[in-house]
Parts: sequence; structure tokens; C-alpha cells
Amino acid sequence: MRYSGSALSVNGVTKRFGGLVAVDNMEFSVGEHEMVGIIGPNGSGKTTMMNMISGTFKPTSGSISMMGSRISDLPAQEITRRGVGRTFQLVRLLPSLSVLENVIAGAVFGHRKRWGREAEDHAHRMLERVGMDAMSYAPVSSLTYIDQKRVELARVLAGDPEILLLDEWLAGLNPTELETGIELIHDLRKEGRTVILVEHVMDAIRSLCDRCVVMSSGVKIAEGSPDVVLSDPEVIRAYLGDDDA
Amino acid sequence: MDILVSGLLLAGTYALMALGLNLQYGVARIMNLANGEMLVLGALAAFWLYINAQVSPLLTVVMVGPIAFIGNWLIYRFLLVPLVKRSKNQGQLEVDSILATFGMSFFIVGIMVSIEGGFFAYKYLSETISILGSTSSLNRLAAFLLAVVIGGSLYLWLNRTRTGVAVRAVSVSTEAAGLVGIDVPKMSALAFALGGAVTSMGGSLISTFYTLDASVGVIFTMKALIIVIMGGVGDVRGTIVAAIILGIVETAVATLVDPGLTLASAYFIFLLILLFRPQGLFGRRTA
Amino acid sequence: MSRSGFKELAIAACLAILAGFVPLVFNNYWLSISVTAMMYIALCTSWVMFSGPTHYISLASGAFFGIGGYLVATGMSDYQMSFWLMAGISALVATILAGLIGAATLRLSGVYFVIFTLGLAEMIRNLVSWVQNNFLGSRGLYVLTDFTEAHIYWMLLVLAAAAYFLGWYINRSRLGFALRIIGNDETVARHVGINTATAKIVLFMTTGFFGALVGAVIAPRYSYIEPNQVFSPELSFMVVIMALLGGAGRLWGPIVGVIPFTLVWEYVSLQFPNQTTMFIGLIFLLIVFVLPNGIVGRLEQVAVKIRQGGH
Repeated sequence: MRYSGSALSVNGVTKRFGGLVAVDNMEFSVGEHEMVGIIGPNGSGKTTMMNMISGTFKPTSGSISMMGSRISDLPAQEITRRGVGRTFQLVRLLPSLSVLENVIAGAVFGHRKRWGREAEDHAHRMLERVGMDAMSYAPVSSLTYIDQKRVELARVLAGDPEILLLDEWLAGLNPTELETGIELIHDLRKEGRTVILVEHVMDAIRSLCDRCVVMSSGVKIAEGSPDVVLSDPEVIRAYLGDDDA
Repeated sequence: MDILVSGLLLAGTYALMALGLNLQYGVARIMNLANGEMLVLGALAAFWLYINAQVSPLLTVVMVGPIAFIGNWLIYRFLLVPLVKRSKNQGQLEVDSILATFGMSFFIVGIMVSIEGGFFAYKYLSETISILGSTSSLNRLAAFLLAVVIGGSLYLWLNRTRTGVAVRAVSVSTEAAGLVGIDVPKMSALAFALGGAVTSMGGSLISTFYTLDASVGVIFTMKALIIVIMGGVGDVRGTIVAAIILGIVETAVATLVDPGLTLASAYFIFLLILLFRPQGLFGRRTA
Repeated sequence: MSRSGFKELAIAACLAILAGFVPLVFNNYWLSISVTAMMYIALCTSWVMFSGPTHYISLASGAFFGIGGYLVATGMSDYQMSFWLMAGISALVATILAGLIGAATLRLSGVYFVIFTLGLAEMIRNLVSWVQNNFLGSRGLYVLTDFTEAHIYWMLLVLAAAAYFLGWYINRSRLGFALRIIGNDETVARHVGINTATAKIVLFMTTGFFGALVGAVIAPRYSYIEPNQVFSPELSFMVVIMALLGGAGRLWGPIVGVIPFTLVWEYVSLQFPNQTTMFIGLIFLLIVFVLPNGIVGRLEQVAVKIRQGGH
């Protein structure tokens, strides 16, 4: 079966934790080379959605497909091997490994498997790409927060993902770091990568995303270009609450 | 029917030791592998006092409680708190506490062997009685009833008192409990001490009808662990149901197949749980 | 990194060759201690291969070791099988058993694994006693071979060297790298594409393989075996203690832990035979509170300090 052109499609996905419905019948798709933002107030189910795409959780019902083939039954490592790479909301580096080894980790087992010299060279290229090559042999504990995030991004890029998931990658950065961060994601966009990002920084959403999906209480309440979506009264209400709107 | 009755009577003391372990693991987050030794210590106290001073084991139970409470509080405060403080994450604490409690368990066994190297065998209330048409002994029934009283008071305390609710809150989430002003280190120490006390009292009770020796603790640790996992960490009701299941299955295997296979039957249950319900009987899968 | 790896291997090879001369220079008393030490070196080395990087404390050594000893004894005694065949079968059985245990527990959190292995030797002992009493007839088993103490020592040395070499090889492979990542953060490991369960199970199986072979090889030492005495829960703890005492972070850590411990143990069990259990307890506490990374970890710490002081 030929797929309909979307790199990733989410079809009627629901996730329940006991009695709580975290994600309710979500439906959206992401085209190739598209950068899509998932936004919404805290607790609206964005990260749960990301976790289901990357295989951390399985959907209670519904399905997620990549290039037309279903990935939502697969374990996380299999989804990674198919070419979905992710960063974590709270950056997760491997503390006892060096910066370079952290990035090699992404190159060895990922979508394309490399080993030895080849993996090392590739990791160096990725570190260079995020501007961290000078720190290759440093222990990760010596890195600043933005640098840790850059190394994590390099690790994900080292796996040559077809689809990149960035979970609040810009959160917790100070204004100068934020600029560097947005610059980096801009570069990814220029390379024509398929990216899904969960983000609270609205300026970044406006300047980076082709399209936005807005979630509130687990439901999709709007979808469209960032400018249109962010002026939608229902979206404003979701963010600010009824009384303030 | 015989199996059901004696299984249920056995389950009473099993529930007690597992409740103790569950408090320690669920609240204080310490996987206490010296739990079985705490039980055997309680048994040794009952045996020793009965043999040497004719103290009724049922009275010993009452004395063992506060002493074990203080002892476990000291252990927590001076041996385990340093580990809690130095560990960077839950995994590290788990490994450290497993090793430290192994150390404690060997140490306690060593002490107990030097007090009594043989079996803790004595006769107390061993008259046979008839319950629901099947024969059992008075000591089993007495132990069961006392276990129900102790377990019941623990349950009420956890659910009806301010401190009890605070302890349960810590078991749900250490961070959230801290945020609402609960003194988490204090509650953890309390839970650990209380857990040890309950387990030791269970030991005094079980010694009236079950012959133990100094080195048998690890078997009870295993059983308590299996019950806790089956019932779900932090789940009192689950622990009790799981204790009943284990008590009955063990008694059934011991009666119908071979008394030497009780541990194997516990393992069989454990395996089923691991394969089909690793989150516990009533637990929700949280991924 | 790769060069120092070969240097390490060369040093290990030299040590192994030197160790080969032990039976030629030592008297019987010291040879017997050396056999015990070599047995623990082999067991601890294979233990560290799995538990070092993953931080999963395995207490299954006693069970695997028992399978080796028991199958060799029962095969030779009851079925007139050759020693070598039974040793091979026992290794196979233990490897499969390790695979099954791994499949049941290693997909879940580490605590379940520790708990499962904690009572394992005792449970198998119960099962074996039951089978032996009800179906095979209860009696002791004879392991009669021409092996001398020196032969046993050499066989154990070969096993220890093989375990070390395999560990060295795995450390440099993708599997070894995967295990280091798993030991750091299992969630990340899955999200960089590692099949974490498979990696852990495979490594645990090698522990089972070596455990059974060591048990098989040492069986002729006792010539008469009670079926259930070979399943010794205590052995599992000894392996953990010696490996952690040396330091589980390095493959050669066990060697550093086993030799002093065996000597001290020999002394303690002769002088204070009733206090051995308490002694084990104290060593455990010593490891946790004073030497969390073992002797090797402490030495490395000191080395780093000296190097920094030199600057």
C-alpha cells in the first residue's frame, strides 16, 4: 500500500491513565519536510502525545502510522530504529559517558547503524553541527543546561531520524541561550527535516512552525498556521481561561 | 476445607510481615531484605522468654512491638538515612539499600545463632480445636486473631488519623507530600520503624505454631516480597488478599504434594504475577 | 582507548600464565586455597560482566553453580555419562534457565530481578530434593574422576580466563556499549534504539553458562555429593561480596577482591567459626558505607587525586 504522502499520521488516538483521559481521540498528520508545533496549556496532553509517538506509552486506542505503516504497537527501540528520534522534556544525558560517547550512543543503535571509527566521525560531525565539538571529551556534568540540550540534540541527530520530536526543547533557557536555540532549530528547518515540536515559547512557534496543532484537556481544539491559530478565540480561552477572555 | 482454614490462619501472620515490608518499601522507599530477620528476631524473643522465664508469647508480642520500633528507627536513622542522602536517584538507593540490608540480615543472623543455634521449638497453646469442622490448634487461632487486631489497628491508623494519612501521602508521592508541608524524612522514619515493629510482632506470633531457626529469615523475606509485589506496593488491601492467596496455596501444596515445596509454590505464584500482572493484583499499569 | 584495551588484555594474559604455575610451586594446603580462589575469580568475573554495567544484583550464582555440580553428579552416578558430556549439558541447561529467568524478570525493574534470584538456589534445592526423594531415590551421588586438585585448578583457570576474555571482548562490542547505556539510563537506551531486554538477557545467560561450568568442574573435588548441598544460597552472596569488594566497575575488579577476601575468610573461618555469618554482614556494610566502588574504585580515586596534585 502506498502511503498518502504524510510522514506521520495520528488516527483517533486516545490514552487513558486509569480514569483520567490524558489524550482524547487525537487526529493529525505531519507532511514530509514539515515542521509542526503541538501547543496548549499545561496538562493538556502534549507530552503524552509525544510519548505515544516515540513509543514510551502505547495508545489505549487508535493508531499512529509512519510513512503509511503502523508504529503504535511497536516498542520504543523499534520506533527509533524506524527513524523517529526524540529529545526529553528534562534533558537526559548519560552521566558516566563523555560528551562524544553520548552522541555515539545515538549513532550506533539508531536508524542507521554505525560502529567504530565511522560512528566516532559521525558523532564529531553532529557535535560540530550543534557547535559543541570543542567539548567532545568533557564529562557531561561540566556542561551548562543549554550545552546539555545541544548534546542531546546531537545524539538524536546522530541517529539520522526521519522524524524529529522536540519536547519543550527551548524551555528553561535564558534569553541569549534561547536565541542560540531558535537558531539551531531554524537550521534543522532549512535542512528540510520533518519535525514535531512541543513548545511554550510562542515567538519560536510563530517563526519556526509551518502549522500548529492546539490541544486542551487532551482534545485537539484547533489546527492551522501559527498566526491564525494563535488568534483563534477558543485557543485564547483555553490558555487564559473563560473569565479572563 | 482443612486447607482453607489452616491456609487462612497462616495468612494472618503472613499479612502482618508483608504489611511491615510494604510500609518500609512503599513509604520509606527502602527495599528491606532484612525483613525476614526482623521476623525471626521476634520469634526468637518469644521463644527465649518462654523457655527461660515462662513469659507468655502473647505478652511478648506486646513487648516486642515498641522495642522493634525503636530498633528499626535507629537503623533507619543511622544506617539508612546516610544512603538516602547520598543517592542521586531511586535506582542508586535501591542498590545501596539492598546491599546494606543484606549486611544487616547476615549480621542479625550471626547474633541470633550465637544466642540460639538450634530450632526455636516450644509448645504453647498447642491444644487441638475444631474450626468449621476442621481441626486446627489453639495457638494458630490465637495468632490469627492477634494478627487481625494488629493489622486492623494499623489499617485504621493509616486511614483515620492525621499522621496515618500523612504516611500514606508520602507513599503516593514523596515530592507532593513535601510540598503540602508533610515532614517526609520524619514520616519515612516512622513508617520504617512501624514496619519493623509489625513484622517482629508477626514473628512472635508465628513462633507459637511454626518452628523456626536463626537462618530461616530469608525464606520469609522472599514470601513477604512476593506478597507485596502481588498485592501492589503501598496497597494495604492488596497485601491482605495476596497474603491469603499465598497462605492457602502454600498450605494446599504442603498438604497435597509435599511440605518441602512451599517455597517452590510461592515462586510459581511469583512467576505468574511477573508474567501477567507485574503491577500487582489491584495495581494500575503506569508504564 | 583501543590501545589501552589491548594492553589490559596483555597484562591479563601474563597474569593467567603466571597463575598457571601455582600448582607447581604451592603445597597442598595453599593449592586448595588457590582452587577456591580461582573458583571465585571465575564466578565473579562472569558476574561482573552482567551486573557491573547494568547494576542488577544477581544472586543466581548459587543456583547455576548447583546445576553444574548436581547434573555432573547425577549423570555420572546414575547414568554412567562422561564428565565432559554432563559438564556441557549442565552449561546448556543453566544458560537456558538464565534465559527464561531473564525473560520473566529483566523486562521489568531491577528489584524484581534481585528478588527472583534471592530465593532461587533454595527453591531449586527444594525441587531437586523432592524429585530425588520421590522419583530417583534419596542417596548421595559419586563423582569419581582421575582429576587431581591441580587439574581442577587448571580447568578453573581456563574458565576464568575465558570469562575474562569474553568480558573484554563484549566491553569493546556494540553489546557492551549498549549495556553501559542501559546502566546509565534505561529510557534513553530504548530511545536510541537499544533492545534493552535482549541485551540484558544475553549477558545474563553468559553468567549462567559460566556458573554451571564452574560448578561442574569443581564437583570432582568433593567426589561424594549430597544432591541438595550443591545449591548453596551462601555461595551467591560470597560472589556478590567479592565482586563488589574488588569493584564491579572493572572487569579485573574481582581479582582484586577475591584474593584478599579468600585469605581473610580462611583465617576467620578457622579462628572464629561461629562468627562467619556476622563477618559476611560486616563486609557488606563495609562495602556499602566505605567502599561503594570497591577497592579498584578507591584506588582510581586516589590515582586521580595524585595526578591532580602533580599539576
